[in-house]
Amino acid sequence: MTTNEALFEYTLRMADDTLILGQRLSEWCGHGPILEEDIALTNIALDLIGQSTALFEYASKIEKESLGGHRSADDLAFLRLEREYKNVLLVEQTNGDFGKTIVRQFLFDNFQYLHYTQLLESKDHQIAAIAEKSLKEVRYHLKHSSEWVIRLGDGTEESHRRVQESVDDLFRFIDELFYQDAVNQHLIQAGIIGDVNDFKDDFEKNVCAVIQEATLTLPERKWQLNGGRVGRHSEHMGFLLAEMQYMQRTYPGMEW
Amino acid sequence: MVSMGERADIAEIWEILKDVKDPEVPVLTVVDLGVVRQIEWQGDTCLVTITPTYSGCPAMQVIETGIIERLQEAGIPSKVNTILSPAWTTDWITEDGRQKLEEYGIAPPQDEPDKSVLFAKQIVVPCPLCKSKNTKLVSQFGSTACKAHYQCKECLEPFDYFKCLR
Repeated sequence: MTTNEALFEYTLRMADDTLILGQRLSEWCGHGPILEEDIALTNIALDLIGQSTALFEYASKIEKESLGGHRSADDLAFLRLEREYKNVLLVEQTNGDFGKTIVRQFLFDNFQYLHYTQLLESKDHQIAAIAEKSLKEVRYHLKHSSEWVIRLGDGTEESHRRVQESVDDLFRFIDELFYQDAVNQHLIQAGIIGDVNDFKDDFEKNVCAVIQEATLTLPERKWQLNGGRVGRHSEHMGFLLAEMQYMQRTYPGMEW
Repeated sequence: MVSMGERADIAEIWEILKDVKDPEVPVLTVVDLGVVRQIEWQGDTCLVTITPTYSGCPAMQVIETGIIERLQEAGIPSKVNTILSPAWTTDWITEDGRQKLEEYGIAPPQDEPDKSVLFAKQIVVPCPLCKSKNTKLVSQFGSTACKAHYQCKECLEPFDYFKCLR
């Protein structure tokens, strides 16, 4: 594996995380529990899709300049097959109720906040620039999702019960956020990225603090799922892609 | 109007760009907003470097086209280059821009840094209409990516707050 191959794959993974979560959140458009949250969730979706645009453009540039590829940012976003998407399983999970969407967001925001903070130090200037730009947005996302976890957890009996169920359900996707393989190892050795394990304790600490404040219980971490980073997805992914890609599949190359 | 083949003065180009408005906050020009970072001549083409406010802001493409069209009208061939770093901050909104925002009914970003992420204290945002400090945050996310939604508890009017981004 060359450094450019690793960098392309790594950039694509981040791009897919933000695109797929952005797509999921945008499903709330017109369906939010209250108007303000409808607006908030779609605003966050817009930020995430904006971040994915920057990442896909960079991945496309690496592929064109160094790997002999020819795909544009749009090609990468819309024309790959399910197995070629490298997002973590967490982001493709269905929205469920508002509480489940918030818990999924809360776990992802916490990870993304620490991950981008680490990437500010990246030797790759474009990765560092994307992290710098995105971090300012992620700070607001994290604040929003944390406040809602607390409000729902420490809310009514029903909101507490439902958000606890979502916490119990989604905790099996946490370890995958910290998944590392030869791609990461190569870039760590090249000094381009840091080791995600370096902020795993901070992640756990931040998540615990909010869970406690929300009067929720941390579930026991029995078994953890992974596979997304190598293209093995949950059954939900195919449905999501069908919705997201149908326009490009039906009218190839269409633009507006 | 600059005649063809003659390079306009950089200061003059900055002045011309004051005609290009932010499509979502039409009282602000792209210069007030601080998204224009650099203007330079590269051969016979004027290179305008801009930076996005938010990653997904749909206004950026309109702004880019607006800059090129306005300069074309002035006889200046131009290209727009977008950079991400240093990342845009509301500190780059000019004093003039802040005043225009308030007059338009959008509370300008507050100076107080809001660094802490979790369990942060809420800042005081005065009402742009009656100037009361007795206001409340309705939602961190408002009508566009750059705004939060507030309500004044004195005059009861809802209003937008151009949220601090640092």
